[in-house]
Amino acid sequence: MNALIRHHLHSLRQSGVRFASAPFAALANMVVIGVVLALPLGMYLLVSNVQSLASSIPTEPQISVFLTPGAAKTDVAALENRLRAVEHVRSVRFVSREAALASLKRSPGMADVISTLRENPLPDAYVVTLGEGSAAAAERLESELKGVPGIAHVQVDSAWVRRIDALLSLGRSAVILLSALLSLALVAVTFNTIRLQILTQREEIEVSKLIGATDAYVRRPFFYWGGLLGASGGLCALLLVFLAQVLLNRNLSEFGNLYGVELRLQFLPVADAALFLAFAALLGWVGTYLSVSRHLSKIQPR
Amino acid sequence: MAQPIISFNNVSKRYPGGREALSNINFTVEAGEFVLLTGHSGAGKSTLLKLIPAIERASSGTILVNGQSISTLSGRGIPYLRRNLGLVFQDQKLLFDRSVFDNVILPMLVTGQSHAESTRRVRAALDKVGLLDRERANPVALSGGEQQRLCIARAIVNRPTILIADEPTASLDDEYADAIMEMFRSFNQVGVTVLIATHDRDLIAHSSPRVVHLQRGRVLDKATA
Ligand SMILES: Nc1ncnc2c1ncn2[C@@H]1O[C@H](COP(=O)(O)OP(=O)(O)O)[C@@H](O)[C@H]1O
Ligand SMILES: [Mg+2]
Repeated sequence: MNALIRHHLHSLRQSGVRFASAPFAALANMVVIGVVLALPLGMYLLVSNVQSLASSIPTEPQISVFLTPGAAKTDVAALENRLRAVEHVRSVRFVSREAALASLKRSPGMADVISTLRENPLPDAYVVTLGEGSAAAAERLESELKGVPGIAHVQVDSAWVRRIDALLSLGRSAVILLSALLSLALVAVTFNTIRLQILTQREEIEVSKLIGATDAYVRRPFFYWGGLLGASGGLCALLLVFLAQVLLNRNLSEFGNLYGVELRLQFLPVADAALFLAFAALLGWVGTYLSVSRHLSKIQPR
Repeated sequence: MAQPIISFNNVSKRYPGGREALSNINFTVEAGEFVLLTGHSGAGKSTLLKLIPAIERASSGTILVNGQSISTLSGRGIPYLRRNLGLVFQDQKLLFDRSVFDNVILPMLVTGQSHAESTRRVRAALDKVGLLDRERANPVALSGGEQQRLCIARAIVNRPTILIADEPTASLDDEYADAIMEMFRSFNQVGVTVLIATHDRDLIAHSSPRVVHLQRGRVLDKATA
C-alpha cells in the first residue's frame, strides 16, 4: 500500500478517534451545523412542493370580457369574430346579462338580494377559454382588448397562477439568500472549530514538523475532520427536515381530508439529498482550508 | 577523502533584534564521526544544532548536509531533510497525551511506513534504549532518564544517518548520564554520525571523542584548525 493512501486512511481513522475522545463536543457541533442548514433546506423543500403542486393544477386561462351596456350590435359581432380568431382559443361562450342574473339567483342567499333590485345591473359578457399553459397569451389578449369599443372590462382568471409564480420566485430568491448566508455561517463554524483544534494540537503539530512531516501531512487530518463535520451536519439537517415533514404531513392530511383532497409534502429526491450532503462537506472543507491557511503557518517549531 | 557529511562555511546567525549568536563558523563533520559540541550557556550550541535541520536559518554562509545545501533549501524540501536526521531536543518535546509507543511511532507515521513495519521498528528502538517493557506507559510516568531514552528511541526509529542531541544529559545524575552517552557511542559504532551539544565538563573529561568548543558564537576547534 502506498504511503499517501495509508496516510489518508490514518487521517480518517484519527477523525474517528477524535470523535470517540469527545463525542458530545462533536455532536454539539453537528447539531449546530444541522440546525443552521435545516433552515434553507426546509424552505427549499417547501418551495419545491408548492411548485410541483402548482404545476399539477390545470391552467386553462379564462378571460371574461364584459360588454358596455347597450353596445352597438355591429361592435359586438365584430368582437365575437375577433375573439374566435385569437390564437390558442378553445372556446368562446356568450353569457347574456339575463343568463348571468339567473345563475346568480341560483347562488344560495343571493336570490333575496337580487329580488330587491329594480333592474339587472349585470352586463353581457363573453367567456373565452384558452388552451393549457397560455397564461402569457391570456395576459396579452387582456391588454389588447382594453379600450376596444363595446368592452367595459376584461378580467383574466389566470392571474392567480401568475401570483403563485411570483410567490414561488420570491421563495426561490429567499432560499438562495438564506443558503448563502447560512453557508457562510457553516464556514465560520468550521473555521473556528478547526482553529481550536489546531490550538489544542499545537504540540503534536510542532513535533510532527520537527521530525519531517510535510504541510500536507499536517493539514490532512483537519480536512477530514472539517469535511466530515460538514457532511454529518448536513445529515443532521436532512434528518431534522425529514422529521418536520413527517409531522407536517400528519396535519396536512387532516386538513386535506376536510376538502377531500390529498395534501402531502414530498421529501427530497435521493440525488438531491446526496448533492446537499456533498455541498455541506464542501463548506466544511472550505472553512477548514481558511482556518488551516491562517493558523497552521503560524506554528513554526523552535 | 570523502566529502564531509556536515560542513559549515562562514556561517553567521543573528536572531531578529538580537546580537550575533554565531559568527563566521567554519567546521566539518566526517561521516561516522562522534563530535561533542561544548561551550558555556549562551555560547551558541543550540543555535548551531538547529541550523542543521533548518529549524533556524543561517543569516549568511553556507551549510551542507549529506551534500545538500541547507541555505538554499526551500520550505518544501525541509521535511525530507529532517527525515534523514535523528533529533533529540533540549526541551525533549515529548507528547504526554499518548503512550511511549505512540510517541516513538510518530516519525514512522510521518513517512508513511506500513503498520507492521512501524510496529517492528518501534519495538526495536524501544528495545535498544531499554524501554520495551514500558511501551504502554504514559511518558509522565517515566523517570527523567527514561524520558531521555524515550527521546533517543524516537530519534533513531527512522534509522537516521546523523544523530543530533542537544544537552541530552543535562538534567540527569552521572550514573544515568553515562548510560545515555554509552548508548550514543553504541549507535556511533554501527556507523551513525553523532553530534552532541553539552556543557558538562566531567563528561568531556571522561570521553575521548573529538570536541568542538564554542565561545560566544565562535569555534575553537583544534581538530579542524
Ligand atoms: N529564539 C531566539 N531569539 C533571540 N535570541 C536567541 C534565540 N535563541 C537563542 N538566542 C540567543 O542566542 C545566543 C545563543 O543561544 P543558544 O544557541 O541557545 O546557546 P546555548 O545553547 O549554547 O546555550 C544567546 O545569546 C541567546 O540568548
Ligand atoms: Mg542550548
